[in-house]
Amino acid sequence: MNASPNAVEVAPGTHWIGALDPSLREFDIILKTANGTTYNSYCVRGDNGVAIIDTVKASHADEFFSRLEQVARYDEISTIVLNHLEPDHSGALPELMRRAPQAKLYISAKAQLMLKALVKTDDLQFNVVETGDRVELGGRTLHFFSTPFLHWPDTQCTLVEEQGILFSGDVFGCHFCDPRLFNDKVGDFRFSFEYYYQHIMRPFREHVLEALELLEPLELKTIAPAHGPILRDAPRSYLQRYKQLAAPLLHNEVGANDKSLLVFYISSYGNTALMAQAVAEGAETEEGVRVSLYDLQASGGLPFVDLIEEADGIAIGSPTINGDAVKPVWDLLSSLAVIKVRDKLGASFGSYGWSGEAINMVEDRLRGLKLRVPIKGVRAKLIPNEEEMQRCRDLGKQLAKHLTGNLERRVISMSELLSQES
Amino acid sequence: MPKANVTFEKLGVTISVPAGTRLIEISEKVGASITYGCRESECGTCIMKIVSGMEHMSERSVLEDKVLQENMAGSSHRLACQAQVLGGDITVKA
Repeated sequence: MNASPNAVEVAPGTHWIGALDPSLREFDIILKTANGTTYNSYCVRGDNGVAIIDTVKASHADEFFSRLEQVARYDEISTIVLNHLEPDHSGALPELMRRAPQAKLYISAKAQLMLKALVKTDDLQFNVVETGDRVELGGRTLHFFSTPFLHWPDTQCTLVEEQGILFSGDVFGCHFCDPRLFNDKVGDFRFSFEYYYQHIMRPFREHVLEALELLEPLELKTIAPAHGPILRDAPRSYLQRYKQLAAPLLHNEVGANDKSLLVFYISSYGNTALMAQAVAEGAETEEGVRVSLYDLQASGGLPFVDLIEEADGIAIGSPTINGDAVKPVWDLLSSLAVIKVRDKLGASFGSYGWSGEAINMVEDRLRGLKLRVPIKGVRAKLIPNEEEMQRCRDLGKQLAKHLTGNLERRVISMSELLSQES
Repeated sequence: MPKANVTFEKLGVTISVPAGTRLIEISEKVGASITYGCRESECGTCIMKIVSGMEHMSERSVLEDKVLQENMAGSSHRLACQAQVLGGDITVKA
């Protein structure tokens, strides 16, 4: 399986001219890449011009230019398309534009500011395209589809209409390096495909579903992503798989109109656990809210992230130890970057010995993750007394009312708000 | 002292505040899901959508305008760290 230095034909006049990075073991800090990755770039030849779709990481530019030169001269290049401006796809762009100064660059509207930040010049000329825009190469037509937030605001897909080839950017991609390139030739990359989705696309699943609506009606013969195998065998199955992955997991668990509130806690002496129980009891008194209680002590490997993705609200109980919330709580909170939590309801509570900083810290983190945290959390010094337990039940009840929309709309003054805070 | 009523739509709460209060002062106390960065009209982290009552808000400064444009925010958006409420009823999407 030695890598050939040659460009590889994907369809007549359309070639893969990307680069292989087999020794990469970690991508963007967050992803493990057990057998490396590829930076896929493509060359489309028409009767009147040549288009280059995406480039490669700057460190692999030589490999890219070497393959490009096998299939086109620089003065033939009329069109450059960047489907996604992350540096692993735009790294060789400045040099490509230097070598092919006549080429017109096509990017999405949201890519404009990123382009300036990446290329560090205001002189660069470019054309902004959106869904429905086309570029004619002579016998080959590039048709653009705006598919934003997959996984950056700028992302788009480009179809070669006559050949049914969709250059999909990072969508349908994966980190899997195999010089045999095509999905019917390479090793088993199914894990990589799913892993990539879970870490890169999952936070944007609503946008995934929007993009699928746009792409599903197309006559697709090949999906050519910007990383990993080229999907020429059963390309539609990858659209279907994305649709499955982006669909809610637990839609049968909770009634159609019921709301789900998850109460997580961890407790060293059982006090925060008592409070969690009271929050849950309070929430359960509200019709239409399904409450679940989980001990984070048993969190190793459990799919709490999956649960939170489907939930409407979360309440987190942490003791304060050495002036901080405890590690399992931070572990849970730091794992939420792979899902969309914006606008979910959040709350915090906990027992403490000296100072009780954990509650505010967790609330701040929840706000930082863009959850709503409308109700001040409950703190109890050591063993919660009945009044504190009642405040926990009230917290649960208020959270549940927020979820059902049964909360009375309150009008309060700024001074009342400030006094609640203290 | 003139008052303004600021309603946080998603939170279901209305705060009655003295005219001249900046949105950020209210939103961070009320627990809205807005995050804050520099607090001085540079980073654009606190962009907030005004659902109604924009006419009761202070004018955008040149700097705020620039940051909103750079972040491709529409005419119904403001920076919570800059926008002051001047009176009347204002509803924000938060």
